[in-house]
Amino acid sequence: MSLDKKDVEAIARLARIEIKPEQIDETASQLSSILEFVEQMNTIDTSAIEPVAHPLDLTARLREDAVTEPNQRELFQSIAPAVENGLYLVPKVIE
Amino acid sequence: MEWETVIGLEIHAQLATKSKIFSGAATAYGAEPNTQACAVDLGLPGTLPVLNKEAVRMAVKFGLAIHAQIDEFSVFARKNYFYPDLPKGYQISQYEKPIVGPGYIDIEVEEAGPIRIGITRAHLEEDAGKSLHEDFHGMSGIDLNRAGTPLLEIVSEPDMRSASQAVAYMKKIHSLVRYLGICDGNMQEGSFRCDANVSVRLKGEEKLGTRTELKNLNSFRFIERAINYEVERQIDLLESGGEVIQETRLYDADKDETRPMRSKEEANDYRYFPDPDLLPVQVSRELVDEVRETLPELPDARKKRFMEEFNLSAYDAGLLTADRELADYFEIAVNTANGESKLTANWINVELNASLNRENKTLSESPVSAEQLGELILRIKDNTISGKIAKQVFASLWEGKGSSADEIIEKEGLKQMSDSGELEKLVNEVLQANPAQVEQYRAGKTKVLGFFVGQIMKQTGGKANPGQVNQLLKSKLDQ
Repeated sequence: MSLDKKDVEAIARLARIEIKPEQIDETASQLSSILEFVEQMNTIDTSAIEPVAHPLDLTARLREDAVTEPNQRELFQSIAPAVENGLYLVPKVIE
Repeated sequence: MEWETVIGLEIHAQLATKSKIFSGAATAYGAEPNTQACAVDLGLPGTLPVLNKEAVRMAVKFGLAIHAQIDEFSVFARKNYFYPDLPKGYQISQYEKPIVGPGYIDIEVEEAGPIRIGITRAHLEEDAGKSLHEDFHGMSGIDLNRAGTPLLEIVSEPDMRSASQAVAYMKKIHSLVRYLGICDGNMQEGSFRCDANVSVRLKGEEKLGTRTELKNLNSFRFIERAINYEVERQIDLLESGGEVIQETRLYDADKDETRPMRSKEEANDYRYFPDPDLLPVQVSRELVDEVRETLPELPDARKKRFMEEFNLSAYDAGLLTADRELADYFEIAVNTANGESKLTANWINVELNASLNRENKTLSESPVSAEQLGELILRIKDNTISGKIAKQVFASLWEGKGSSADEIIEKEGLKQMSDSGELEKLVNEVLQANPAQVEQYRAGKTKVLGFFVGQIMKQTGGKANPGQVNQLLKSKLDQ
């Protein structure tokens, strides 16, 4: 499977990555070669194999339901670019 | 052309844990912005999620209640999208291996009787924060207190065929999660939310029509109206030769219409993949059995028992068991009232309910306790007071004028006249004072009996026993 210019632009938009026009061809060919490799793996029949959810053969340890985190708003907001009335401010995102 | 509506619902129920699903921050509603958002919730580098045991137990509890398969292994996945109220850039959710597998629930609707609605799955995920779009100098404000609150997303099969069925299903799930004590069900605060997938097809057609997803359905009334609007819109579109576009639409309650929310261009590709930060969750048989032990009597079973044990109609039993607290209230009241079930059910469904609605109170805020109501009913039953006076006693109890029905009856002198000699005297007086009506009655206009009863009730301030009055009047008049 090979990707064209449009695919690369769409993927870049989804990932919020800026790709300059002169980089598109190279990116397309690099991504295509990754997909080719995946396709190669896809030729192996894995229908009878349970997918690996995690490389470690362990299951999760769970925590008790208790509030352990105090309010540290001031500390966290001291590194935020913009805050007001306790809110983090970000560029307007209304649809 | 006859059209058929097809509806599936996705319900998000906030789980009633004390702390978040992956962090130890509090989940209480209404706190000052960002005071309950810790480093994990903020998605700061170097933090790792650790799953809350109680959230798992609650999900299992729900699964057992809908007769679902509980998978021994369950996996968390990342759902990737960018929005500022989701600081990590992905939501931790479940994709291929949800904790609760296929199950079902039965609903009852007037037009079609009982219907079984399939539940495809229920999975655990984290809630996002809130964006405030008021003007902060052209910026948006973000409150991340809600970020990381555990959600159970309950996905139904497209098994509903009308808006009223969708509402019945949603009410049933709402009642169930509250019975289970896993969600407070508060729709105003967003603890219980719903999206609806709606499509139409020609009757008899197998293939599903193109669906739209309706968001922002935060009340039972809105969901019904939004679906009805959307169905009509789709039918109009198809009948005029148009096509339904698969899209997300937002319901605007003020305008009572739906409108597109995201354009197709921005179609999300969530790129799900297993979250490497989280190991698979193992739900052991022991845990499932342990949770099973904690299951309360569920609404359907309780309704059936109320019908059998208290001889109530399906309607009354349904009303009383829709809410666990209400069912508890009824049981205490009916036991206090010596099993006088019909009267107790009526008083709860009519008088109590009307008083609560009038003052916009919930049952737990009721000034009249179940014991107090039960005692009041006892007094109606043993003829100490009439039903009419009982309303007066109830009102006094409601206003806190006394601590029991007996105290109020005593204090306000509401005891029914039991002295038949006194009553007979009064009957004679009334008959003598109204000879014209006596003539009418004897001439065959027996309806004037009501007039006499009214006169006597007026003079006794309602304290005469209506049955006794009727009897006395008849015996005098028919002489």
